[in-house]
Amino acid sequence: MFSTDLTSNDLIFLVQGAWVTIELTALAMLIGTVFGTLFGFVRASFPTASIPLAFVLDVFRSVPLLIQFVLLNSAKSIVGLKISPFTVGYVVLGVYAAALCTEIVRGGVLAVPKSLRLAARSLGLTSLQDTLHITLPIAARVAFPGWLNLMLAVMKDSALVTWIGIIELLRTAQQINTRINEPLFVFFIAGLFYYVVSWAVSQLGNQAERRLQND
Amino acid sequence: MIEIQNVHKSFGDLEVVKGVTMNVNKGEVVSIIGGSGSGKSTLLMCINGLETIQRGSIRVDGIEVHAKGTNLDKLRRRIGIVFQQWNAFAHLTVLENVMLAPRLVLKLSRSEAEAVAVKQLKHVGLGDKLKVYPGRLSGGQQQRMAIARALAMSPDYMLFDEATSALDPQLVGEVLDTMRLLAEEGMTMILVTHEIKFAKEVSDRVAFFHKGVIHEIGSPDQVIGNPQKPETVQFLKSVL
Repeated sequence: MFSTDLTSNDLIFLVQGAWVTIELTALAMLIGTVFGTLFGFVRASFPTASIPLAFVLDVFRSVPLLIQFVLLNSAKSIVGLKISPFTVGYVVLGVYAAALCTEIVRGGVLAVPKSLRLAARSLGLTSLQDTLHITLPIAARVAFPGWLNLMLAVMKDSALVTWIGIIELLRTAQQINTRINEPLFVFFIAGLFYYVVSWAVSQLGNQAERRLQND
Repeated sequence: MIEIQNVHKSFGDLEVVKGVTMNVNKGEVVSIIGGSGSGKSTLLMCINGLETIQRGSIRVDGIEVHAKGTNLDKLRRRIGIVFQQWNAFAHLTVLENVMLAPRLVLKLSRSEAEAVAVKQLKHVGLGDKLKVYPGRLSGGQQQRMAIARALAMSPDYMLFDEATSALDPQLVGEVLDTMRLLAEEGMTMILVTHEIKFAKEVSDRVAFFHKGVIHEIGSPDQVIGNPQKPETVQFLKSVL
């Protein structure tokens, strides 16, 4: 028969870890979406003038996240900044998400036909009104599936914060496994947690998408 | 009154409009015909400042369109334009499409804007499609919605840039009917069109564009019925 040393306390510990993962993801996506939307519009509207911005974002996209976590975490100790590893975690993840989100938003904005903007302007809408009421909502419809993928990717990448000492879902699983030594079962449970959260996000996303594509 | 004086327009090295002069009086319907690349659509875009010009001047009721201090957003409220592509705002219902500019630009209240929008949508025969998203409409219906959207701003002038060129043949008639209705109501209109028969029927004057200049301008009976220039004769032969 199947038996395990996994206790109900361990399960609570896993849930706590999963909660940290969710918090990290939510904060990182908030930062990533706000700046990604802003930068995406800038990149689409001023492709030449914003090349320096593209270069900086490219650095954050290209350097492995693990290195970014460790670098910022060490840097803040050297400089003497009093911020927690958790803050380092969501800031680094947020900047990384912003770099990726910029490209997603840029693609969405460029997918809005120029003639649609002309039509809006010809009705007397100002450039800002056109951006807020026409371009942004239509770009959002195009960008949304990519944004949802980004959120799922960020959630999985958040496991890397374990390297700067944050106890999130993957780390809790490792600690439990160290004690009871049932890797197959423990990591299966941890994987299941990730799956359930992803599944819930996708479901919410699909619903939102149906509402966005209202036709 | 729209006064177009010796207008030149280039895209890079390519000069598309090469010195066009014409006036359009209040209440007049003027059609512009001509082959593709003759500069007729470009001229239309210059009239409400969607395109810049290199030389000459365009005045709408005395306001210099291409002067530095001109508030184009304000000017455009008075000049409706309907494009070849109907450019429906796909994220808004038919009613919201038409309400948007009155709300944002004219600052009407929701109920005022709705009253204006409903009136114009009934006008173009879409009174039963208010809550529908444009994706559910045919091309002809979307184009009529675009006309209602422009009319909701109560413009003094309506410009039509090949408004039926992208439509399936069986849908052209309903859009032309709407345009004919406007002409009969006394709207001042400039039509860039390939529908020669329609132009002949509704226009007070017809201008034939060729290689960026007006080759012939006059009454429909003159220009379409009895053209004088060989280029006009050849063009009409190729489209009729």
